[in-house]
Amino acid sequence: MAKKAKGMPKSVTNVESRFKELVDLEVRTSADTDVKDLTKDKAKDIYKNMEDIRNFEENVKRFFAAGEIPGFVHLYSGEEAIATGVCSHLSNDDYITSTHRGHGHCVAKGGDLKEMMAEIFGKSTGVGKGKGGSMHIADIDKGILGANGMVGGGFGIATGAAMRNKYKKNDRVVVCFFGDGAANEGLFHECLNMASIWSLPVVFVNENNLYAEATPQWYSSGSNTIAERAAAYNMPGVRVNGKDLVAVYDIAGEAIERARKGEGPTLIECVTYRQHGHFEGDEQLYKATTGEEKEWASVDPLNVFREYAIENGLLTEEELNQLREESKKDVEDAVTFAKESPMPEAEALYEDVFAD
Amino acid sequence: MNAINEALDQAMEKDENVLLLGEDIAGGAGVPHLEENNEDAWGGVMGVTRGLMPKYGRERVIDTPISEMGYMGAAVGMAVTGLRPVPELMFNDFIGFAFDSILGQGSKMRYMFGGKAKVPMTVRTMHGAGASAAAQHSGSYYGMLGSIPGVKVVVPATPYDAKGLLLSSIEDDNLVIFSEDKTLYGTKGEVPEEYYTIPIGEADVKREGEDLTIVTIGKMLFVGLEVAEILEKDNVSVEVIDLRTVAPWDQKTVIESVKKTGRLIVIDEANPHNNTATDIASVISDKAFDYLDGPIKCICAPNTPVPFAINLEQLYIPDADKVLKEAAEIIDDLKA
Repeated sequence: MAKKAKGMPKSVTNVESRFKELVDLEVRTSADTDVKDLTKDKAKDIYKNMEDIRNFEENVKRFFAAGEIPGFVHLYSGEEAIATGVCSHLSNDDYITSTHRGHGHCVAKGGDLKEMMAEIFGKSTGVGKGKGGSMHIADIDKGILGANGMVGGGFGIATGAAMRNKYKKNDRVVVCFFGDGAANEGLFHECLNMASIWSLPVVFVNENNLYAEATPQWYSSGSNTIAERAAAYNMPGVRVNGKDLVAVYDIAGEAIERARKGEGPTLIECVTYRQHGHFEGDEQLYKATTGEEKEWASVDPLNVFREYAIENGLLTEEELNQLREESKKDVEDAVTFAKESPMPEAEALYEDVFAD
Repeated sequence: MNAINEALDQAMEKDENVLLLGEDIAGGAGVPHLEENNEDAWGGVMGVTRGLMPKYGRERVIDTPISEMGYMGAAVGMAVTGLRPVPELMFNDFIGFAFDSILGQGSKMRYMFGGKAKVPMTVRTMHGAGASAAAQHSGSYYGMLGSIPGVKVVVPATPYDAKGLLLSSIEDDNLVIFSEDKTLYGTKGEVPEEYYTIPIGEADVKREGEDLTIVTIGKMLFVGLEVAEILEKDNVSVEVIDLRTVAPWDQKTVIESVKKTGRLIVIDEANPHNNTATDIASVISDKAFDYLDGPIKCICAPNTPVPFAINLEQLYIPDADKVLKEAAEIIDDLKA
């Protein structure tokens, strides 16, 4: 069962102990779950997907550092268990809204690796013809309603998509990914409230990576946890270990099922860690490099899942390694495709402002 | 007001994907005796949407909480997933709360997503001074909104145009802001009963003339027509153009008129800087400079918030006297 809340004093006197409290506070792990539908095939898909996100981001990091990717990028790697764990329950008919740290969500929701990589390189073959870039990857046909450069920008869109599903009386679900920073936007309140009063088929998945840019969550949130705010909206709120795929998969499955059945929204807080800077190039001098924080940072969700899969007889080490190699190859192909693709033609500047 | 109500009714009748949402557009949601399609439901603060909830139900005429940011964002989400929402922003002055949905999301999606998204939503809102509603309920922000790429902005002046342009806006596959002047809701005029549309982006020449072009936006049409009548007595022939669409505005019609008359006055109730009038002046001085026989005059509200006191508010709104006084330089030329 979940651990009992310890509560936290308001003043920050000892960051290290606060960090531990935050991470440990009422968090569900795979030990609390009873996952039954995780078959071998499903486990393969899940691990391949986590590897895809990891390799995708490693390559974005590499080619950004090499100056081949313009602009700025916000890397998702280290948070794979959340995107994969949640999106494993979704089909193309379901929708997600993503964040500025959105590559992982888009890969998990079925985004094409080549088209995504080309977009990040700003090439004409990109999913947005090179006109959106890293923060605006979207693929409506696959239910990806967009990464979003506005922190919290997905709340309204997700709520509207859920209103649409409810009006159409279908069983499609919307997942709204958002960070701990976005939880402090006004739109969080308005949309959770509307989702609650109309019992909308939407799951709000908070990725609490503990930092909003350079500001830690323990400074910027009046509530100890994001999940506990759900009580104010009369919806279930659950806090889960965001590095533990099985825990995320389990609770997301429950929430998505609930939404599909018309039983309303859920708020899930996935506690994770922002493995990278806010953007690439951020020196991250605000992070502690020792103690509890270092320890939490060193937990790799891919390793956590590998251990689980091996221990539970789902996949062997060789199978896992093979999936890793397949993923590397797929992402390499995506990079080659992106690099070899042409830049957009000049006319593209003026196109796609309005629909005809 | 009836023209707008009729347009909404016909749009909803025609397409089940058209939904209305906003604050009290039905009124009384959750009140037991008003739940069952009761005719007594409010129908908006001005009564514009009255009768639509009883006809189409609360599923399609959705009373939202006081959450402009939330429901405007939701409208974007509805539109990008295939509905045609018509959110109502009660007063355009509340745009601050709802702005990201328009500026950051809805207007840019199609472009950012490489042409793969459509955002067919029509934001109905209300602008204009003259109702003693003071500074936070009386501004005119259509020009500001019209400066955003990906947004169309329609400002009707007559009941006929209101109906036809609203139907066009709802049919349009883009984000359209349909801005109604709150002081025009009582206007009477011929409105055909049948479904009809008026193209967005086409101005209407309300009165032909040879000596001076007056371009007006929304209610300022009536100021322009009054000035034209006054000047007729001095044998000055005025062409009055009702712009009807602020973004994209009809450059062709205005340029052609200026080529004919050589003189231009633009009347706009917005504050005087960076508005539609100044944009028109800029484009005309660029594209029709050689045809101009005098300076372009922009007659706008002063650079102040809208005042409450009745006399001050009347001073704020451009009227015929103000036009004749501020544009005397070119008008006196014509009289002479």
